[in-house]
Amino acid sequence: MSWSTTLGGHSYSFADLRDLLAKATPLRSGDVLAGVAAESAAERVAAQTVLADVPLAHFLDEAVVPYEDDDVTRLIIDSHDAEAFAPVRSLTVGGFRDWLLSWEADTAALTALAPGLTPEMVAATSKLMRVGDLVAVARKTRVVTGLRTTIGLEGRLATRLQPNHPTDDAVGITASLVDGLLHGAGDAVVGINPATDRPSTVLALLELVDDARRRLDAPIQSCVLTHVTTTLELLEQGAPVDLVFQSVAGTQAANRGFGVTLDQLREAREGALALGRGTVGSNVTYFETGQGSALSADAHHGVDEQTLEARAYAVCRAFDPLLVNTVVGFIGPEYLYDGKQILRAGLEDHLCGKLLGVPMGVDVCYTNHAEADADDTDTLLLTLGAAGCGFVITVPGGDDIMLNYQSLSFQDVLQVRQTLGLRPAPEFEAWLASVGLLDDRGRVPQLVPEPIRALMA
Amino acid sequence: MSGPDPWETLRAATRARVGLGRAGDGLSTAENLRLAAAHAQARDAVHTALDVDAVVAALGERAGPVVRSQVADRTEYLQRPDLGRRLAPDHGLQADSFDLAVVVADGLSARAVADHAVAVVDALLPRLEGWSVAPVVVALQSRVALGDEIAAALGARMVLVLIGERPGMSSPDSLGAYLTWEPRVGRVDSERNCVSNIRPPDGLGYDAAAEVLAALMHEAFRRQLTGVELKDTGAALPPAAG
Repeated sequence: MSWSTTLGGHSYSFADLRDLLAKATPLRSGDVLAGVAAESAAERVAAQTVLADVPLAHFLDEAVVPYEDDDVTRLIIDSHDAEAFAPVRSLTVGGFRDWLLSWEADTAALTALAPGLTPEMVAATSKLMRVGDLVAVARKTRVVTGLRTTIGLEGRLATRLQPNHPTDDAVGITASLVDGLLHGAGDAVVGINPATDRPSTVLALLELVDDARRRLDAPIQSCVLTHVTTTLELLEQGAPVDLVFQSVAGTQAANRGFGVTLDQLREAREGALALGRGTVGSNVTYFETGQGSALSADAHHGVDEQTLEARAYAVCRAFDPLLVNTVVGFIGPEYLYDGKQILRAGLEDHLCGKLLGVPMGVDVCYTNHAEADADDTDTLLLTLGAAGCGFVITVPGGDDIMLNYQSLSFQDVLQVRQTLGLRPAPEFEAWLASVGLLDDRGRVPQLVPEPIRALMA
Repeated sequence: MSGPDPWETLRAATRARVGLGRAGDGLSTAENLRLAAAHAQARDAVHTALDVDAVVAALGERAGPVVRSQVADRTEYLQRPDLGRRLAPDHGLQADSFDLAVVVADGLSARAVADHAVAVVDALLPRLEGWSVAPVVVALQSRVALGDEIAAALGARMVLVLIGERPGMSSPDSLGAYLTWEPRVGRVDSERNCVSNIRPPDGLGYDAAAEVLAALMHEAFRRQLTGVELKDTGAALPPAAG
């Protein structure tokens, strides 16, 4: 179906839903690189104007990537819950935005709606929102998950502690792990990006963190972010796998580029579930995504990067994840050029994931060749805190010496927790208090409790 | 809480910024300034133009033409990797026949190129006795793949691209070396071999890098390929690292 409109005396036409969504997307470098972006500011607003009048139900009839060619499209269409969709079935995209902002759309209504929404519907709606809208709607959308801690509760902001080391050195990783724990970090996950996918190395890292967990008697879950096929191999060996990790994207071709199929994810999830390692919940998967990942794999099918990112969340939600995060500033300036584009994309990703029922976190970050700095990460962290984000990623001093990019420091999160009155995950908060790392005002004192000192020896 | 400083051993095992201390919940002034300084060095590495005359002078009689990609400026370079992979039309390269073309490319860190590229060439060429090597091309606003088009224009069977890598906070001057057999437009990354993090004294040294590269290059010629299939041939490869 094609659309057209006039704006300022010019007429604009859009070939199909895919074209309309791309041209309606707020400017970002990746869509320009892909050749799908609006060619002028006026064309962008014309597309947004047309998009606002498209019925939500139309998204069930016109796929942006053909159903026959793509298993992500099939997953989206085949798992759509028509009953959950019923309350908003008659709305247009613009009408849906208004409804989301309405007082009627409270937490319970949004939770019930999630299975009735498709990624393309939420992506389209977010394209008509400003930053304030992205925060306001996300704030009333809650997705709560658990394994040894509970993530996503109101008034909480959890952290992934990311103790990476360029040679996977055990002492080096322990140093960063200890530093994070002393700053009250690690309640979402202790998640290591290994320098190598070698199974013996991955196993050693899993055992390192699991050993620390048992010695500290701390409610933490660990993850070594290796390819799902490596995790499958380790599950067979009986390794202490809390969480199955995989990077995923919004098309079958992009997932093929990651070397992963939906069947492999299903198998690995079942393997981890069978271990029964959870105490407060049984969410055993962890996914990372990012705008531009499909384009970088030349697997974007002419779809804009934000719509494809929302489609990646449909993949995630099929596997009941504990955690999902966008690596928003990591993929590079050819996809998100500067702090403005990164800020908006981070808030879009967070909202779209949560509307779809996915437990969203964000790696608030940038690379040194992006036009961004620590002021931009502060701004995104503060807005995400206000938006009720589930978790963010933290590394010592914000400097990841393995992946060579900047994320948040432990101190950044302590500061924003105090500024916005946010607390760690409840189980982890109780543990922090039990070892003296939390005072009666929710602050983390600067001391080294004996059990952690023992880890340092 | 007395006794030996428990941080001593841990700090020695990592360059991660552990044990920074705090001002309230936030970072101290001194630490903020240290982080800002590291970021500034990385930013300047990305945005400073390569001193072409200095590189050409250091190359001496080995120096060949200076070419540019189709990118107009740094802003476009960062957003259009596709244009950084294609030669500007007026390149003036002459078709001939060589075993190897060497391209010194600015990439994402002119500083890495200025500090390390010529030293790697100096260490490498004596290890390639009997090879016909094209005059070294200096390429500006260049991505790795620009070397494919340069080498194809020169008529070289293999290309070595020495290029500034994306700077990290603790590594603003890291040089990467990429090898591609039978280079032509359209080669993909899986068809290349890479030796990264050349930046003595913290990273790989010149002789060590040259040794690995020469081993790879001899093996590439013997097997007539580069890329993932060459990776496991038992050549003296560096450890995998980010």
